[in-house]
Amino acid sequence: MKLLRGSIATGLMFGIGGAYLALVGVLMMMQKRPVVFGAFSLGHTALLLLGLGTGAMVARHRESRAVALGLGLLAGLAAALPIALLGLTIATLPLQAIFIAASPALVHMLSFGLAPPQGAAAMLGVGSLAALSGAALAISPPRLRRAVIAGGMAVVVGGVFQELIQLILQYGGPIGAVRDFLYTWQGLRPEGAAALFLAAAAASETLSWLRGTPHAAGADERRRRRFIAAGLALLVLVLMPVLAGAYIGQVLMLVGLYILMGMGLNLEVGLAGLLDLGFVAFFAVGAYTTALLTSQSALALLHLTYWEAMPVAVLTAVVGGMLFGLPVLGVRGDYLAVATLGLGEIVRIIVLSDFAAPLLGGPQGVLDIPKPRIGSLELASPVALFYLTLVCAGVAAFIAWRLENSRLGRAWEALRDDEDVAQALGINLVRSKLLAYGLGAAFAGLAGSIFAVMLGSVYPSSFQLLISINVLALIIVGGMGSLPGVVLGAIALIALPELLREFGDYRYLFYGAVLIVMMRLKPEGLWPSEVRSRELHAAEEPADAGMIPAAERP
Amino acid sequence: MPLLELTGVHVFYDKIEALKGISLGVEPSTIATLVGANGAGKSTTLRAVSGLVHPRAGTIRYDGTALAGRGAHEIAAMGLVQVPEGRRIFGRLTVEENLAMGAFTRRDRRAVAEDRERLLTLFPRLRERLHQVAGTLSGGEQQMVATARALMARPRMLLMDEPSMGLSPMLVEQVFETIRAINKEGVTILLVEQNALMALSIADHGYVLESGRIVLSGPGRDLLDDDRVRHAYLG
Ligand SMILES: Nc1ncnc2c1ncn2[C@@H]1O[C@H](COP(=O)(O)OP(=O)(O)OP(=O)(O)O)[C@@H](O)[C@H]1O
Ligand SMILES: [Mg+2]
Repeated sequence: MKLLRGSIATGLMFGIGGAYLALVGVLMMMQKRPVVFGAFSLGHTALLLLGLGTGAMVARHRESRAVALGLGLLAGLAAALPIALLGLTIATLPLQAIFIAASPALVHMLSFGLAPPQGAAAMLGVGSLAALSGAALAISPPRLRRAVIAGGMAVVVGGVFQELIQLILQYGGPIGAVRDFLYTWQGLRPEGAAALFLAAAAASETLSWLRGTPHAAGADERRRRRFIAAGLALLVLVLMPVLAGAYIGQVLMLVGLYILMGMGLNLEVGLAGLLDLGFVAFFAVGAYTTALLTSQSALALLHLTYWEAMPVAVLTAVVGGMLFGLPVLGVRGDYLAVATLGLGEIVRIIVLSDFAAPLLGGPQGVLDIPKPRIGSLELASPVALFYLTLVCAGVAAFIAWRLENSRLGRAWEALRDDEDVAQALGINLVRSKLLAYGLGAAFAGLAGSIFAVMLGSVYPSSFQLLISINVLALIIVGGMGSLPGVVLGAIALIALPELLREFGDYRYLFYGAVLIVMMRLKPEGLWPSEVRSRELHAAEEPADAGMIPAAERP
Repeated sequence: MPLLELTGVHVFYDKIEALKGISLGVEPSTIATLVGANGAGKSTTLRAVSGLVHPRAGTIRYDGTALAGRGAHEIAAMGLVQVPEGRRIFGRLTVEENLAMGAFTRRDRRAVAEDRERLLTLFPRLRERLHQVAGTLSGGEQQMVATARALMARPRMLLMDEPSMGLSPMLVEQVFETIRAINKEGVTILLVEQNALMALSIADHGYVLESGRIVLSGPGRDLLDDDRVRHAYLG
């Protein structure tokens, strides 16, 4: 009885979630996008996934197959019910005055183009079938399950990102032939989808065969695999822009800039524990310094080359960081967040002000920043600038890694844990904190400097609070204090939303959802640092309750 | 000449006067203890010596030099090291890393390694737990980490704030034995304790603190026999 009630409740929850997505318009927006052209839209895919998920959820860990499948079917019905009811309601009541998304088009989608009553019945049928499949999948052998999931994911990714993939596959010859088999110019073809599914399933099967039993691998082996995987990913990242062209180059360049900033903020927040919401100020300092030193416009102070201006920009950012740190030296925790937020805004407002306009150009900013040159070669294209960013990020990563393992890095960790004790052990609080701000700022200044030449001009409106928040979010999602985490976080939070650009403002919805889900499921981040995961691990099994005052402090 | 000497020290927390003119001295290589009720100002006295709070009036001299105007890290570098109240270890770091933190100011690597060995012999429990995250240690083990970490700095003088707090009677016994052993090696100790009986019995000199003032002082043994002390702290 309890099982039945639980399954129905789970189903209803999924269903209400789906109905909510429909009402706020997400579903309709997804509906516009085909996964398999002419056959399957992203909207219907989302509903299908909802059904599959419901079934899988209630069938997990059930002993008996019959029970699992039965519960799956029931939960699927329960999940389809709210959505079917929503379709009926919108069809009969003029709801659109309240919910803009409750349009006839939505009714059309929810009823699969049938008349409302038949449509609702169809929804119930489809829902229960989807959940039944989900349940079957959940209790099927792991290898089969992995293969099916891999195939399904390949189809969804291949369909949703079809423009991008077609762009990458802009070649003749055999590659062109494969492309033409998989895609028409409008999207994935049904036979292409089938082929993709089989290929991915086969690939997954081969991989698991190659690996042998996954559980046999020790911690060292897993670590090694993780690094190999990361290395491969990095290689793809490096080669991608040459293969895929300017748009991808642009996106990856942005990712690179955020990685640079992420590494800097990581020193401040991840290592030294100094929460900083004004980080964008250092980015602005780097950008404006570069602009004023190299620009062809009337505001220019000097006409240096980029390579001369960049170190100055970084140094200026360091000085800026230290000055920024001075007034907040004695501020801790929550107050520090507010204080740095204020400082960051002050910098932006000064740049915008009439008072600084003769120097910084006010809202119009500084224009005519030349691109960097190497000999006669001008680094003008996004791809060329991407490689510049990549080199800088590589050097910066090396420096960050050395810093982490230095005396200063240890001093930061101690200060983060307990300022008083750290000082009593001989750690210089003022110097260490100012260095954290200064060195963190150096990374942001470098990013700002590249940003200035990328755009060719700088405006105050480019330096919004949102940048600080993005950088903070990406190091949290990646894993505080972890260098690989910064890269993963930047890809997850900067590249993906950028690639989903045509979803408009809805992508921030995904962004928010991803953040919430991440913090629920993996609060230590995608690739946590060793110390961090220890900390969370330690919290799970306190040896002596209340005896860990240091760990409780933020 | 005392190694540590306080004269007329006043400390304020905003408007609250926590120390109202404290004067005391600790002779080299001795154990001095400061006993008193909750809120008497014992921790504040140690914090003032460590440079974590700054006296509004009075002087603190260590080894002949006035400490006024020096930062806490400079004072620590002079060999005056505090074991703070309440086992404030670095909970996220391992025992080994905690000990390494203690030697932060030292550059003589070989001697650091030797000291580590010596301390692990003094606290065999810690050797077993070297790679355990310190936050997961038991209360007594955490106290050992805090003490060993301070000793890793090779201090000339140790300021210990209630090392026996929250420990079982057997462990308390052990802690005091350790303190005596450390002192035997020549380290001067200023010990703050609620456990007046134990503290006074190992101390060369004792001070009784009451609401920010020193009301009694004398050799530890004498204070143990003093009626007022017996009445107030020993029950
Ligand atoms: N940071 C602070 N801000 C304000 N008042 C404080 C602060 N720290 C201590 N005090 C006050 O100063 C007085 C002395 O405190 P202190 O911590 O020195 O006492 P103590 O003798 O160590 O007590 P206990 O035995 O309970 O540790 C107390 O009245 C306390 O409330
Ligand atoms: Mg105290």
